[in-house]
Amino acid sequence: MSEAFLQIENLKTHFPVERGMIIRRRIGTVKAVDGVTFSLARGEILGLVGESGCGKSTLGRTILQLIPPTEGTVVLAGKNLAGLNKHDLRESRADFQMIFQDPYASLNPRMTVFDALAEAMRAHRKIPAAEINERVAALMQKVGLSPRFVKKYPHEFSGGQRQRIAIARALAVEPKLIIADEPVSALDVSIQAQIINLLAKLSREMQLTLVFISHDLSVVKHISDRIAVMYLGRIVEIGPAAQVFEQPLHPYTKALVSAVPIPDPEREKQRQRVILTGDPPSPLDPPSGCSFHPRCSYAATECSRAVPALEIFDPARTVACIRAREINQA
Amino acid sequence: MPDVAEIDAAEPGASLWRDAWLRLRKNRLAVFGGVALIIITLFCLVGPWLSRYTYEEQDFAQYAKPPSALHWFGTDKLGRDQMTRIMHGGRISLGVGICATLVSLTIGVLYGALAGFLGGKTDAAMMRIVDILYALPFTVFVILLMVVFGRNIVLLFVAIGAVEWLTMARIVRGQVQSLRKQEFIEAALSLGLSQRRIILRHMIPNVLGPVAVYTTLTIPAVMLLEAFLSFLGLGVQPPMSSWGTMIKDGAELMEEFPWLLMIPAAFFSLTLFSLNFLGDGLRDALDVRTSKD
Repeated sequence: MSEAFLQIENLKTHFPVERGMIIRRRIGTVKAVDGVTFSLARGEILGLVGESGCGKSTLGRTILQLIPPTEGTVVLAGKNLAGLNKHDLRESRADFQMIFQDPYASLNPRMTVFDALAEAMRAHRKIPAAEINERVAALMQKVGLSPRFVKKYPHEFSGGQRQRIAIARALAVEPKLIIADEPVSALDVSIQAQIINLLAKLSREMQLTLVFISHDLSVVKHISDRIAVMYLGRIVEIGPAAQVFEQPLHPYTKALVSAVPIPDPEREKQRQRVILTGDPPSPLDPPSGCSFHPRCSYAATECSRAVPALEIFDPARTVACIRAREINQA
Repeated sequence: MPDVAEIDAAEPGASLWRDAWLRLRKNRLAVFGGVALIIITLFCLVGPWLSRYTYEEQDFAQYAKPPSALHWFGTDKLGRDQMTRIMHGGRISLGVGICATLVSLTIGVLYGALAGFLGGKTDAAMMRIVDILYALPFTVFVILLMVVFGRNIVLLFVAIGAVEWLTMARIVRGQVQSLRKQEFIEAALSLGLSQRRIILRHMIPNVLGPVAVYTTLTIPAVMLLEAFLSFLGLGVQPPMSSWGTMIKDGAELMEEFPWLLMIPAAFFSLTLFSLNFLGDGLRDALDVRTSKD
């Protein structure tokens, strides 16, 4: 792996919870993202998985500075995004873009595709009027849409086409980093693969660093170089996609992997499922120590004492579980 | 190579506005309302120039006469031509309606958009002010104004506009608040677009629909208020007239000279109906829920 292109250090996003009509008292804090550290190489694709409410989307938005971080740094190509002032941040926004979950909500219904793409292109660069048509056409073709449709409005497209338009808009500013927040979960299964393949192709062709957020491990399995698993605001395991999938280290990852259906009835019947009991704990009042211990079948008494740190398991993999070596020996 | 020619040949799409227009045109009542409004407006605006009479000129041979070839809508008890008076009254009534609505539109949209956009404590404070103003009894407020500043038609516009903006502010604030959470606004922020551009290109076009609908529904409300105030004697003063004062005068004499009540009342009702039909039609046409996805 080459040197880090995106380096995230101890990133935290805490939301105050307030009560009261006139005098607002702070009654607690939701630690949506609580000390996330990882780094990505240029052109690398990271799959970020975890169940609903674990802070995946907040992490994505915090990296892109759409939500100001409470603590920590986000260094992209040597520049700390968390330390920029408003003006510099707006100038740098061309470097990192987001693709949203709902392609029905992420496009302005009153703008044609052409207007939306041209606006994005002109947001940071001066583009001569003579060139704009050519560039928009090139962009449309890049995401697999015919330039014939540029004068149409978002409601005239299908969900998959709209997501292609949203991808085109993100690409219009020529970013280096793209965070895709559940980009396919609002789409039909038949369309999901197309969009995933498109993202993978673009990432390869343009040396784009991509963070692909999903609650579904099977969705990120194919496209990711590495997979990070999140639970209640923290990353509990990170490693090469195939290894995380074949031999998960953290008990929570084991449960996630065993929830992925296998398209083979024979093997499906034979395998052992890890069924999680209980609901994810309230982020307002997380369990002490390892926040997964109340649901973990391997939990020991010491698990409730201290928050386990992410430790190197083997050169490529890290895991945050004090019993990781013990459980994964056999 | 990108095919630039295809862009030039791109077929234009159907904007939501055009879509709404097509749907509005299919709504018979709304079309009827629109056409009726245009005719009434033209009648009031152009009519007085074509009329043989002025609104204050008395015909001493024709006191309180029913409609005839000489005076199509009859004359009032002072011998003034009722048709000309209706034209002039319409100018005042429609004028009050439109001006006061514009006042309420300007204040309401700006105030509501600001509150919704800023959010937090500013928003809470701004909306509590609206709540307090809402609780103020309107009639008392107007009578106070009239007592302090005297009877004045401009004041009437201002007073009505100053009350009607409250609902508009609430509507716009709600719209802006829900828009702010929309992903396309987040996308615009993430593109690094300027605040100004986000408000002008992404926010305003998307709140215009409900605003347009509410505007067409505010005009009749305002006209009713004006009629109500005139009826109480707080509105337009003689010899000027509005439809409201004409209805009031007519109501006093309705047993002897019913046309003095019926004709202005018919004009007033027709206008209110038309505006409401048009407003309803606009609401249906612009409603996203009924439009195709």
